[in-house]
Amino acid sequence: MTEPLLKVRDLNGWYGESHVLHGIDFDVREGEVVTLLGRNGAGKTSTLLAIMGILSKRTGSVVYSGTETIGMEPRHIARQGIALCPEERGIFASLSVEENLMLPPRIADGGLALNRIFDLFPNLHERRRSQGTKLSGGEQQMLAIARILRTGARLLLLDEPTEGLAPVIVQQIGRTIQTLKTEGFTVVLVEQNFRFAASVADRHHVVDQGRVVDMIDGREIDANMDKLHAYLGV
Amino acid sequence: MFELLGIPPQVLLGQLLLGLINGSFYAVLSLGLAVIFGLLNIINFSHGAQYMMGAFVAWMLLAYLGIGYWWALIASPLIVGATGLLLERFALSRLYKLDHLYGLLLTFGVALIIQGLFRNYYGISGQPYQIPDLLSGGQNLGFMYLPNYRAWVVVASVIACLGTWFMIEKTRLGAYLRAATENPVLVGAFGINVPRMIMLTYAFGVALAGFAGVLAAPIYSVNPNMGADLIIVVFAVVVIGGMGSILGAIVTGYGLGLIEGLTRVFYPEGSAVVIFVIMAIVLMIKPEGLFGRAN
Ligand SMILES: Nc1ncnc2c1ncn2[C@@H]1O[C@H](COP(=O)(O)OP(=O)(O)OP(=O)(O)O)[C@@H](O)[C@H]1O
Ligand SMILES: [Mg+2]
Repeated sequence: MTEPLLKVRDLNGWYGESHVLHGIDFDVREGEVVTLLGRNGAGKTSTLLAIMGILSKRTGSVVYSGTETIGMEPRHIARQGIALCPEERGIFASLSVEENLMLPPRIADGGLALNRIFDLFPNLHERRRSQGTKLSGGEQQMLAIARILRTGARLLLLDEPTEGLAPVIVQQIGRTIQTLKTEGFTVVLVEQNFRFAASVADRHHVVDQGRVVDMIDGREIDANMDKLHAYLGV
Repeated sequence: MFELLGIPPQVLLGQLLLGLINGSFYAVLSLGLAVIFGLLNIINFSHGAQYMMGAFVAWMLLAYLGIGYWWALIASPLIVGATGLLLERFALSRLYKLDHLYGLLLTFGVALIIQGLFRNYYGISGQPYQIPDLLSGGQNLGFMYLPNYRAWVVVASVIACLGTWFMIEKTRLGAYLRAATENPVLVGAFGINVPRMIMLTYAFGVALAGFAGVLAAPIYSVNPNMGADLIIVVFAVVVIGGMGSILGAIVTGYGLGLIEGLTRVFYPEGSAVVIFVIMAIVLMIKPEGLFGRAN
């Protein structure tokens, strides 16, 4: 078996004195879409932030494409080929839609061309001159995803991209993730919307109290429904 | 000849011109402060000293190296900007983790040191600096006499302000700057070197102060206190315009210069304090400043 693209081992993380990640372990193989599922406060966002280096007080090991990144600063981790779509979306109010889209610098070849991105998100093209935060919630989410597709990053960390969005937009984001998969992107998806997660992902990790407590293959999800309901408390 | 409230037009226009020239310095200096405050969240108290350095470096370039005004207009801001770069790199950058008050204290201390050093070496009497030949003389506009150099100061300051505004609001580099002002962590997580951007932004703001200093050299005598007197007014301008607002700094700078000029015509006793009175009123009615965003 080939080495995973991302290998997270015994990842611990702190906000100041508050210890929130207690040894996260999981792998992501190239081209996979995997989820991190879990209740509010389980540590899903913190895991993504720790991988990105934004949660800077962290220990353990995060190996991306053979390179240990645990001691790196966020900008160097980004340059390895990892990109984050944050939970709060992070659209810049003082930038136009187009400026938001073009903000992340290209770090490698192989990103999506601009016209491909506008094919995926026609609304963004129409509204490219608007102020970034004047977009609707769904459009802002698309913008937050779109801008990390052109940089050449191969591993995308998407934090609850469907949160608070209307069903048709959730579907559009679902189709986008399918497209990204066929384009060869690798995706770590944090989700509360379990049904959505089941429809797009190859594998699911259940996070609870700062640990990965279970892993469920996408094909075995029906057999594990009861267990999942218990984990997620739905 | 028209007369306005018994005031001869020559007097009115003369004072307006004087106001516009003062406003030019207010605008360039408060713009530099606004650029720095926007990204660093630090009120750069050494701005006045750096303005003074701009004038002094121009004078030194001429006195010691025979380098004239036009080269000094480029070289002096670069030199002063470089000192700002070092200050940020080796001192200011160490304070970002602490309260912003520490940055203010540091820049205040640095201002006192710089002014003290220059006072020690050059005294307080002031050094004359010649208007460059190209800009000596003036134009008789019929209703008033316009010295060429003063017209140039207004033009040069407008160019500097518009150039800075354009760079920040309309270019890719400016988009980085605006984004980093909003959310430096996310901008860093995109792979952008934010610490270097902060360093260069500080250096740029300081270079603007140096540029204003060179413009000022032929008008005011080059002396160690020239910045300390001016900067108090400029801080008031920044407060009125709103911290961190680029356009606000520019518009308020020129506007207040003109208001000051008008006050000198209609109520000369009030001209020295009018800006501070406006500041007090703005602070009461719209504390975030005329162009500032309330948080
Ligand atoms: N900035 C912060 N400072 C201190 N503690 C934090 C901070 N952010 C999160 N936490 C704590 O860390 C723990 C994990 O939070 P995290 O945001 O990673 O959870 P999550 O799984 O993403 O939850 P949600 O589904 O609500 O987004 C929680 O106990 C939370 O209270
Ligand atoms: Mg979260």
